[in-house]
Amino acid sequence: MSPARPPEGARTAAREGGGSPVSAPARKLRVATTSLAGCFGCHMSFLDIDEHLFELVELIEFDRSPLTDIKEVGPCDIGLIEGGVCNAENVHVLRAFRRNCKTLIALGACAVNGGLPAQRNHLPLSECLREVYQFRPGIANGQIPNDPELPLPLDKVRPIHEVVRIDYFLPGCPPSGPAIWKFLTDLIAGRTPRLTGGLLHYD
Amino acid sequence: MSFELETAVNREGLRRVAIDPVSRVEGHGKVTLLLDEAGHVKEARLHIVEFRGFEKFIQGRPYWEVPVMVQRLCGICPVSHHLAAAKALDPVVGALTLTPTAEKIRRLMHYGQILQSHALHFFHLSSPDLLFGFESPVQQRNIVGVAAAHPEVARQGVLLRKFGQEVIRITAGKRVHGTGAVPGGVNKSLTAAERDELLADADQMIAWSRDAVHLARRLHESDRALYDEFGLFRSHLFSLVRADGAMDLYDGHLRLRDARGHIVRDGIPCADYEQHIVEEVKSWSYMKFPFMKDLGPARGWYKVGPLARVQNCDFIPSALAEIERQAFIAHGEGEPVHAPLAYHWARMIEMLHAAEVIRSLLDDPDLLSNQRMNEGTKGREGVGIIEAPRGTLIHHYRVDDDDLVSYCNLIVSTTHNNQAMNEAVRQVARRYLDGRQLTEGLLNHIEVAIRAFDPCLSCATHALGKMPLVVELLTADGSLADRVAHGG
Repeated sequence: MSPARPPEGARTAAREGGGSPVSAPARKLRVATTSLAGCFGCHMSFLDIDEHLFELVELIEFDRSPLTDIKEVGPCDIGLIEGGVCNAENVHVLRAFRRNCKTLIALGACAVNGGLPAQRNHLPLSECLREVYQFRPGIANGQIPNDPELPLPLDKVRPIHEVVRIDYFLPGCPPSGPAIWKFLTDLIAGRTPRLTGGLLHYD
Repeated sequence: MSFELETAVNREGLRRVAIDPVSRVEGHGKVTLLLDEAGHVKEARLHIVEFRGFEKFIQGRPYWEVPVMVQRLCGICPVSHHLAAAKALDPVVGALTLTPTAEKIRRLMHYGQILQSHALHFFHLSSPDLLFGFESPVQQRNIVGVAAAHPEVARQGVLLRKFGQEVIRITAGKRVHGTGAVPGGVNKSLTAAERDELLADADQMIAWSRDAVHLARRLHESDRALYDEFGLFRSHLFSLVRADGAMDLYDGHLRLRDARGHIVRDGIPCADYEQHIVEEVKSWSYMKFPFMKDLGPARGWYKVGPLARVQNCDFIPSALAEIERQAFIAHGEGEPVHAPLAYHWARMIEMLHAAEVIRSLLDDPDLLSNQRMNEGTKGREGVGIIEAPRGTLIHHYRVDDDDLVSYCNLIVSTTHNNQAMNEAVRQVARRYLDGRQLTEGLLNHIEVAIRAFDPCLSCATHALGKMPLVVELLTADGSLADRVAHGG
């Protein structure tokens, strides 16, 4: 993990030591989120901050996210990436996030190390595709989908730090709502995010 | 086979417009439209663009890992996959029946899941379209906008979802990806303190769920021309029902109604699903297209999920939700309601039912018992079917003598709705987009239709994948003429 670099505009809110809540920053920080090859569980955990969501939106505004209709990521203070990289489109989206986000965070097991989707890495991709779409009972018109509209799958599922530089890694499958809340409020307030005790877990 | 507007007769010279990614849905999808020079829609497709390969890599794993692995298909409805897998594997440990405690804990977990997922979909994802209008500003069209304009609605949505998540945490150990169900039963029952914690809020959740039904109904009735006609198509309706015809989201047998509402298949045991359902593969999507084998691909497709379930059952076995079901049925004036936007109303009726089921289960002393597991002569195969928030979810496994999984077949809820969602997209494209200058707001109409089905493209890409929405217009030579990505 690299040392904390408070997002611009957040410094006025910095305070000593830990502990939420944080006071409103000089301007709202802009936050983008996306799910690559993940299950959306990390986004669900993000919503598991429950009523803190209403406090959070006093401090931040959302850019591209599955929660908004903004389709392209723009300049942001913080980017949260769920999921690893399993196809060419994931690579494009991840690079766009890196270009636009001052601080980029790997959120959860799949982003950190590939997670469960990487279980396919020991199998040839073509074998997976054939078995699922061609050679199985109850299939009509068996074929491997192949269309210019479908992004090419990669031979292996990769953690995101193999593609771009990552500033913070937040483990867990998924990290809990309280862990995400602690992490974000630390970061927004200009503190080095620290997860201790039960907040840091890998399951 | 190909449906009208699925494939352009001649793709030469057509412009491509893409909605990529589809937003405010779970997972990754995109819509592509091909238009002629006058802007007439010649082709419209919803593509699922990711593949993950679960069915393959599950093979070779010990069966007891499966309920914990497969829930990682989907972080929104992990409990559905967790329970469908556990149900499928119960016969593998010889548990042909469950202890009352195990069955009730699983049901509690499942109805908690229904409640949280339906709340998430209605309040966090879809309500901005319904409250502000399909062409409202992108900046407002999200849960933050709802919180600003309707703070009490947003607050209740967040707290309803929180309660469902707490039911899951208490039964499964974690809010997302817990471990409560195991083949043969459950690994944890409730303490009195945990039960009381849930009881403290349970009545409030019923009241708020009822308010949510009324909100959805009011929205629907306030603009019947829009809500009844938007994206309308007719199809079969498919779901589990209980032996007596009641709505049951945890267990039952399979029933199919035709578009006129007549029951055409009933009492199909879950284990026989393979004799009835075939999945067609199309080159342009990683999501398959299921249909009833004997009816064929042209006529045999169907809808699943709340709109199907509320009308497929004979009654809802909880008092308040049954009153709301009757009002819903009355709205159809003797015909089934097929309007995609009626999914929202039906979904809220189910959320109310879930809140009532949770409330009544909490009074049951079996929840506190330690009789958690059954076992018997080991079996080699099992099929588990459950009504997940989005529809019928099928898990099927075979296990060898070495306890390793040798075969895995999954048909997830959203996959059943694949043809239905594509049909809704085409209806909307034809009615609202054809021949017009495409704006962001017009393109959102397509997404509104998709959202009604609450697709989970995370689940749907279990073969290797994910779902976002983009609309792009291409010239004949394939160069980009126009592209509208929401807010992009």
